[in-house]
Amino acid sequence: MSAEAGPRRVLIVGATSAIATEVARAYAERGASLFLAGRNPERLSNAAADLALRGAARVETAAFDVLAHESHGDLVTRAFAGGPVDVALLAHGALPDQARCQQSSGEAVDALAVNFTATVALLTLLANRFEAQRRGTIAVISSVAGDRGRQSNYVYGAAKGGLSVFLQGLRNRLHHSGVSVVTLKPGFVNTPMTSAMPKNRLFVTPRRAGRAIHRAIEARRDVAYIPWFWRPVMALITHLPERFFKRLRL
Amino acid sequence: MLANIAESVLATGCGRSYGDSCLNEGGALLDATGLDRFMGLDDAGVIRCEAGVMLGEILQVVVPRGWFLPVVPGTKWVTVGGAVANDIHGKNHHRAGSFGAHVTRFELYRSSGERLVCSPTENRELFAATIGGLGLTGLILWVEFRLQRIPGPGVAVERIRFANLAEFLAIAAEDPAHEYTVAWVDCLARGRSLGRGVYFRGSHAPLPGRVPPPSAPRFRIPFDAPGRLLNRATVSAFNAMQYRRGLRKRSKRTVPHEPFFFPLDAIGEWNRLYGARGFLQYQCVVPETQDGGVIRAILSRVASSRETPGLGVLKRFGPAASPGLLSFPRPGLTLAVDVAFRGRRTLDLLDQLDGLVRDAGGAVYPAKDARMSRESFRSFFPAWPAFARQVDPRFSSSFWRRVHVG
Repeated sequence: MSAEAGPRRVLIVGATSAIATEVARAYAERGASLFLAGRNPERLSNAAADLALRGAARVETAAFDVLAHESHGDLVTRAFAGGPVDVALLAHGALPDQARCQQSSGEAVDALAVNFTATVALLTLLANRFEAQRRGTIAVISSVAGDRGRQSNYVYGAAKGGLSVFLQGLRNRLHHSGVSVVTLKPGFVNTPMTSAMPKNRLFVTPRRAGRAIHRAIEARRDVAYIPWFWRPVMALITHLPERFFKRLRL
Repeated sequence: MLANIAESVLATGCGRSYGDSCLNEGGALLDATGLDRFMGLDDAGVIRCEAGVMLGEILQVVVPRGWFLPVVPGTKWVTVGGAVANDIHGKNHHRAGSFGAHVTRFELYRSSGERLVCSPTENRELFAATIGGLGLTGLILWVEFRLQRIPGPGVAVERIRFANLAEFLAIAAEDPAHEYTVAWVDCLARGRSLGRGVYFRGSHAPLPGRVPPPSAPRFRIPFDAPGRLLNRATVSAFNAMQYRRGLRKRSKRTVPHEPFFFPLDAIGEWNRLYGARGFLQYQCVVPETQDGGVIRAILSRVASSRETPGLGVLKRFGPAASPGLLSFPRPGLTLAVDVAFRGRRTLDLLDQLDGLVRDAGGAVYPAKDARMSRESFRSFFPAWPAFARQVDPRFSSSFWRRVHVG
């Protein structure tokens, strides 16, 4: 944790997503200073007004497209302009249509671009900044879908699985500089991203997911399932023998 | 937005209305709780937020800044949209009027695709129809309203026991000197004790020491109680205990605002105490006569019936006119009572009470109703024809179909 006085400084990328909004509120209520990056300027400024009233010491926004890798450097420079960043949360992502990914290599590659490649590009810059300041926490929203490939969403799963492996390596590297890397693995969350999916009892509210993520980041957990019950569920799923698993329709 | 929904729609917030005004059987509900952003608060205490923000969240944000909601109901689990749609009232009605009286503007989404800002000067008819309009005029997107200044997060409360309705009326005469007043009433007391209870009155006050954080329920009722847990004998014993609690007739102290305004929020799912069949809530307002005549008749009818009335609440409404065409609050005495549901005979009792209220020129609160007849509705809300003209053609509710359509 930051030893200095003053509010915690938190950078959130993909800040207007439903889950990131709730994480941002948890930080705002505790008086943090927030730097929000997202695609839609109007939604960013709406979020900023909300978070300021909820108690954020300061809210800055930057309209930014994570797919435009050349803009990453500028974003990171701006976010660190006011001093060290205590927490960076990468919450951007998109759930592709698996059937369309199977029909179009373009769709499949696009899904990897937003969920994996862009994240890796941004993390490369962020990691060096955090390594240099020798403290702080990098938290990234991966997914339970990355724990095992399933026929219903393995392109998204591959992106998130690759991301989880990248984060393992990054955690190992940055541990020696006192920087934490938190891999967040949400299950089903009732958000605009999953609006087309039929809902069942495994779905949780963005608020519950967001509060759990905030706790996981502040506790500097290595890997956190969101909510916790996905850990035993995924332990079971990842341990099923492949020759049996391949016959399932999951 | 509504193009791919075939049936009628109705916005829903926390779903805390007791009856079918927040249901739309056979149709669709639009979950408005995702509209949960604050939009702004200026130095004059005018706040703007989306319609799904909960009153409890607003208090969390504004109380530390020295502001308070202009009107609060008995629970903080109410959305701003719901507060407007039911033109809610609170313990300060005698001074502040209803919630709608503090609303300066809101934006309404109509099924035509129009987004209309409504205020006392813009789209006036829709403004008046939407306040207290039970969500039938469209989807409320955001609401702007005035907060009140408070000296601190506490409430200085006075608790006074009263032996009967006459004593209640004598204490109620002192209401103007207090910001908040309400009375718990023993609905099983009869004869000379008819209308006995405990008066609570209070005003905002500084709270010495640390401000307690907003509370989650201290415990919840984990399952439906046996249907007969609450019966006339157990409620009567509870009421006697409640009435005699504390040895003195009067007591004063300063408490945090939450337990004063939202006592039931401390018990999660308290409704389960009534068992699987549940209860009906009945709230009426009747013009006041010298000796509280109609309320006396209603209390007497309830007490001498075979039904089991639980919590009873009595308050004198103030003279403020409510801004909505279908607003419930109006000058007079209001009584709210939970009645354990025992089938037809419970409905018969409430129908009899409706008759008393109609004869007196009063009204029953739609937010708490599941059974009033169409004739009663028209008598209670004489402005209904003007209201019906403002109803959005795609919006409906189970309540509305019961009292109006078809």
